[in-house]
Amino acid sequence: MIGQPLNRVDGPSKVAGRAPYAYEQWEAGQPLYGFIVGATIGKGRITRIDTESAERAPGVHMVMTHLNAPAQGPRDESIPFEYWRAQPVLTGPDIHHYGEPVALVVATALEQARAAADLVEVEYTRGRGRFNFAEQEDEVYIPKVVNAGLPTDTAVGDFDAGFDSADVRIDQYYTTPYEFSMPMEPHACLVEPRDEDLVVYVSCQIVDAAQTSIASTLGLDPARVHVVTPFVGGGFGSKLGIHSETILAALAARALRRPVKIAMTRQQIFQLVGMRPTSSQRVRLGAGEDGRLAAIAHDVTMHTNPDVEYAEQTAATTRSLYAAPHRLTSHRLAPLDLPRGTDVRAPGEAPGMLAVESAMDELAHTLDMDPVELRIRNEPTVDPERDVPYSDRHLVECLREGARRFGWEHRPAAPASVRDGRWLVGYGMSAAIRGHFQGPTAARVRLEADGTAVVETDMTDLGTGTYTVLTQVVADGLGLSPDRVRIELGRSDFPSSWGSGGSWGATNSCTAVHRACLALREKVLVAAGGDTRSPLHGLDPADAVFSDGNVGIGGASEAVSEIVARNHPEGVEAEGGTRFMGDDPNYTAYSINTYGAHFAEVGVDADTAEIRLRRMLGVFSVGRVFNPKTARSQLIGGMIWGVGAALEEEAVVDPRSGAFVNCDFAQYLVPVHADVPDIDAVILDGFDDKANVLGAKGVGELGICGAGAAVANAVFNATGVRVRDFPITIEKVLPGLPLLEA
Amino acid sequence: MSDSDTGAMGRSQGETVRLSTIRLSVNDQARQLEVDPRTSLLDALREHLRLSGTKKGCDHGQCGACTVLVNGRRVNSCLTLAVMHEDDEIVTIEGLGDPEDLHAMQRAFVERDGFQCGYCTPGQICSAVGMLAEVEAGWPSHATADVSAPQVALSDEEIRERMSGNICRCAAYPNIVAAIRDTAQGGL
Repeated sequence: MIGQPLNRVDGPSKVAGRAPYAYEQWEAGQPLYGFIVGATIGKGRITRIDTESAERAPGVHMVMTHLNAPAQGPRDESIPFEYWRAQPVLTGPDIHHYGEPVALVVATALEQARAAADLVEVEYTRGRGRFNFAEQEDEVYIPKVVNAGLPTDTAVGDFDAGFDSADVRIDQYYTTPYEFSMPMEPHACLVEPRDEDLVVYVSCQIVDAAQTSIASTLGLDPARVHVVTPFVGGGFGSKLGIHSETILAALAARALRRPVKIAMTRQQIFQLVGMRPTSSQRVRLGAGEDGRLAAIAHDVTMHTNPDVEYAEQTAATTRSLYAAPHRLTSHRLAPLDLPRGTDVRAPGEAPGMLAVESAMDELAHTLDMDPVELRIRNEPTVDPERDVPYSDRHLVECLREGARRFGWEHRPAAPASVRDGRWLVGYGMSAAIRGHFQGPTAARVRLEADGTAVVETDMTDLGTGTYTVLTQVVADGLGLSPDRVRIELGRSDFPSSWGSGGSWGATNSCTAVHRACLALREKVLVAAGGDTRSPLHGLDPADAVFSDGNVGIGGASEAVSEIVARNHPEGVEAEGGTRFMGDDPNYTAYSINTYGAHFAEVGVDADTAEIRLRRMLGVFSVGRVFNPKTARSQLIGGMIWGVGAALEEEAVVDPRSGAFVNCDFAQYLVPVHADVPDIDAVILDGFDDKANVLGAKGVGELGICGAGAAVANAVFNATGVRVRDFPITIEKVLPGLPLLEA
Repeated sequence: MSDSDTGAMGRSQGETVRLSTIRLSVNDQARQLEVDPRTSLLDALREHLRLSGTKKGCDHGQCGACTVLVNGRRVNSCLTLAVMHEDDEIVTIEGLGDPEDLHAMQRAFVERDGFQCGYCTPGQICSAVGMLAEVEAGWPSHATADVSAPQVALSDEEIRERMSGNICRCAAYPNIVAAIRDTAQGGL
């Protein structure tokens, strides 16, 4: 089954509207409704808060502010990852960013809570907030490490000497805006108090982090916090940790001894869950006339919240992508009084490759060289900064296969040289690379006496296909048909995982489940071998084959269900796991990445500079693929995120208040149907034996890596206009458009 | 519509909330509801009838996740109040089919992998069903070359234009278009 395009096993329940998300759980009965009141200043202090009118409003059960909120555990920076730390709310009168919760109103009905929220009167003294990145760009500091524990700066060789003596030099600044994950399911939580325990239905990516974070915030034994999240309506990073709605719902449910649920409004999400930092990136490339890079430097400055540091690893992919003897990367942070930066799909890689792969296009243009050929000429033999071999690098194959399939040879050689009616037509391409991660994950597989297999793990399915690929792994591992396999996910009472994020979810959990299946086979074989009633009694288990629900050894065979029913009438189970990549020697000895190549064709209106993507292709190398149908969907989805980053997505801060001003789907533009033409993703056959026993690597974020640059480079090829301030919008292209012939 | 003064719903004192009684058909079942006049059709479906297949993505008519069919036409249920739907016939995703007996459009979405997280999916499917009826009725769109033609040819461009009120952040768009195309070609 592994490698087959099985339809999603949770598909029928999702398309029929029967898959319950966090806010839609009714097991606890009728809950109360909470509504968050956010600060209307960006920096300062609450001087008076009057809740009397709100408390007297119809249906209101409680108004919680910093004056009456229970004490909570502090954020503990000794815990290595933010998502496992306490997230206290309503801790005092100080306002750290616009929209920060200042009160929670809980009422019988949502309409009542929302109306009463308007009655909470808050007075503030305004402080001097730093809201404008351009003004603070020089007030930077050097973070100790960047995201994922990566080094802040790296240097190889003598960059200045290498760059200064190069035949051709590119030295440009690129800027990227604040961007949001914006999953379609709002951040939502329903908390049910059950005796001394809390059942927490929360939309989250990592159940173990949610449980730990909630417990430490509330000062509870984690065993008393039961997180349940069977379905998650998208995350893209913003649900890696829990947010204020979860803690507020938990505090209110404990205080009122009633179930309480809270969903953020779409507008609140823009202020309350964090965003991809804005960045200014200097990219310097020094090359010979033959296109070979002598020097490459990538220096990044980003915003950070002053209290919760976040340093996106924007220059990290530059360390492994191309060969060059002289190299520099750096990350700097400018504190602003804005919500915290956080992981948004392909953190670091997405904005970083937008810049570097644009710069590579500029170099190809300067050299008058095919951009595909330029990249092939800079293919390294070993990871140029870590000086270790690559495990399974197929970037050149992706480039060549993509160029062939796309018809790259038809690329307009000169910018602004091809017209199709009113459209200027251009081609662009980009390389893609993304590191592959592995983390500790455990899973339990149980064979029931009726021959069905049940998987239990706190792993989540964000639309990533976890239910489906785990079904396939068990079907292969135990020789069962997929309809005999049931996957139970997203409960903290199950063995814990690293959850979904960083494109590690499928490989971690599939590897863990595969190992559990192997252990379970051993138990079945031991049972059969020692069972005089089994036809397999006394036969050599080394020759055993599990298929079609049977165990066969030589010519003898017996149904797995019969072996289990006779020897383990209550069922038999085994666990499997994966370990942290730092403890796995392969991840030290090899540079383990995924690769790809993007090709895009755009049309730019010769009069208005309206940019329309016409078609797009990505070719990817990700090791072995569990399910080509769901993997292709994720890759295409990532590519479309790249299109959005290139052309649409940008959150704008009001420099007077620190508020995001375009905080809804009418103004924060994401790609819609009409923006997306034919897009295809092709996955090369592969098997990375260094990554894990199944040979598979992650796909969830690779699709976005470099995708935006392919579109940006196509816009340059179409028009001759190079925009380095993303997104590329009409007003930035229009002034540079070639004059039309009469 | 009849008003019944049932007083405050909570334990608090203060002004009362007048609830309104409405009768409507939901998925071919006659339903009677007592709702706050501020309750959207979306919240009436989700919170009162517990038909949570209809999703709240933005509550502002900007994402389409809440799309349902009202008297056969697609509507953003977050933008309309429940009390405005006395005697209306509402069809939600649950009324189109159930997991054991899916509607052709639902089957096509599964077959084409026209979704990932599934949260926008009920809205996409209800919208697609309503959209095909609009095409059948000859309604032109921005993508229609000849707006006076009695029949609209259902190109992929037409589908994309007409479905652009339904955002999918997983960006399953190419697969959604394929599912709608399949369904249209196979007939509903």
